[in-house]
Amino acid sequence: MIGLWRSVPTRGRIVIALALAVLVVLPLAADRYVLSVLTLIFYFAYVGQAWNLMMGYAGQLSLGHALYVGVGGYVAALLWLKLGIGPWLGVFAAVAAASAFGAAIGWLGFRFGIAGVYFALLTIAFAEFTRIGFDHLEVTGGAAGLFLPFEERRVGEWWNLRGGQLLFYYLALALASGAVLLVALMARSRLGYQWRAVREDEVAARAVGIDAFAAKMAAVVISSAMTAVGGVFYAFYYNNLFPSQVFEISRSIELILAPIVGGLGTVFGPVIGAFVLTPLGEALIAATARLGINAPGVKAVFYGVVLIVIISAMPGGVWPRLATLFGLKGRTP
Amino acid sequence: MTALLAAASLSKRFAGLIAVDQVSFEVEAGEIFAVIGPNGAGKTTLFAMLAGALAPDAGIVTFAGERIDGLTPDAVCRRGIARTFQIVRPFPGLSVEDNVVIGALLRRTEMASARAHARAVLDALDLADKRAVMASSLTLPDRKRLELARALATEPKLLLLDEVMAGLRPTETDRLVAILKQLNRDTGMTILLIEHVMRAVMALASRVLVLHHGKTIAQGAPETVVRDPAVISSYLGAEAAT
Repeated sequence: MIGLWRSVPTRGRIVIALALAVLVVLPLAADRYVLSVLTLIFYFAYVGQAWNLMMGYAGQLSLGHALYVGVGGYVAALLWLKLGIGPWLGVFAAVAAASAFGAAIGWLGFRFGIAGVYFALLTIAFAEFTRIGFDHLEVTGGAAGLFLPFEERRVGEWWNLRGGQLLFYYLALALASGAVLLVALMARSRLGYQWRAVREDEVAARAVGIDAFAAKMAAVVISSAMTAVGGVFYAFYYNNLFPSQVFEISRSIELILAPIVGGLGTVFGPVIGAFVLTPLGEALIAATARLGINAPGVKAVFYGVVLIVIISAMPGGVWPRLATLFGLKGRTP
Repeated sequence: MTALLAAASLSKRFAGLIAVDQVSFEVEAGEIFAVIGPNGAGKTTLFAMLAGALAPDAGIVTFAGERIDGLTPDAVCRRGIARTFQIVRPFPGLSVEDNVVIGALLRRTEMASARAHARAVLDALDLADKRAVMASSLTLPDRKRLELARALATEPKLLLLDEVMAGLRPTETDRLVAILKQLNRDTGMTILLIEHVMRAVMALASRVLVLHHGKTIAQGAPETVVRDPAVISSYLGAEAAT
């Protein structure tokens, strides 16, 4: 980890330290709305980072990551509601369940050579049939949804994630920071290099002795496990889960935009992407409300146009451009 | 001396076409062994079976006393056989050094030692000054040397070269020949190469196997093989006549 810090240029270290310090003390000054937007940014940075490991580093396209969010959220919420098991314990069950799904999808895809867009279709299929399954699953309330009730006596039980905006702000900040650190460490690890080799050319990777199947399995399992933690956060933050919302393909797409816009296969790409996209979405909501535009889809159209502009201007992502511009590029040791 | 690599009656058939037909040979540790033959002779199929890219229909491949036929390419590599590709396949989006680091990581778990080893290999192959360059921006001769570097970084006992000289100018060929000769002399590395460029074969190989229509038509020292009437008529004919 010391080696990792050394590889960051001085300017980068200052920016990281400053940004963290500001975000830590910000709740003293900022209002609830700003904190809620930042919480959302951290959440998307976190799940974007999880997806980035699988797509950006290992080169495996998943368009069904909402599956892991949903499974993680539902498992932890059910354990809490039915058995009174708190999320700090429930998260382990959530991770186990979601990574079992990840392992199953990975095994099917990688064992039978389903690659590229076909693998992506497989991930969509799994997310979709899980959605349909949950729609009819009685124990989770089916299509009517699952609610985590507000209980007076639980207020302030931060260890059970029964807290206010501030608690979730810091939790999301910790998750996002932890994910950045994890991805930075993984990227420099032996496994990280094996992932990049598989991403660049699987045949060549195998020719230098890399067990491509094992490397890809590791990627999907780690990525789904990480995403499940995001799902637990989601369930306890929003206090409700609907199959039609959490497993929706649009949720999977939403989750991958930050890393794509920020820069695939980079450590800070998903973070920068989340900082660009989430406020953009919020600003569009505010702007359309202010202008009194009520036509459905207006926000989506604007959002789409801005996305097209950003991606065509910076096809490699926003972060690589910023890094070069401000001399923040990391050195290879 | 026992053979490092032995192929016994290797055969491969593709939908009625026998690509490799009962080919047997042995490669001694420390030698440079060449496989030549006209296009379609079955060289690439033979190579693929040795490297684990194809499983033979019949026959046995033994490497260092262990059967390796039918193993996956990565398992073959882990046993000590590294290969290059006829059409080069470096990792395009990675730096030259990272390409070689990935090879070095096969036998090392420590990043620092893998990087140090990669740099040593790059030095040996005259690629040190290009180590920060993206592999995709290299010229063809440099890419070929990069592939060689990546393969060497896995510290193989046997190096399989699939037409490394193809597409190179004579001066570049001579340079690569010198590198391979030096490698073989200094480290005793065994090399098996498939080659069309006779200039390189004559300069490098201690023994040559000639394939034609999937069958062995000659085997022996290069000077003897090139005078073999069967080889001249089937393969060298046009060249020898001019």
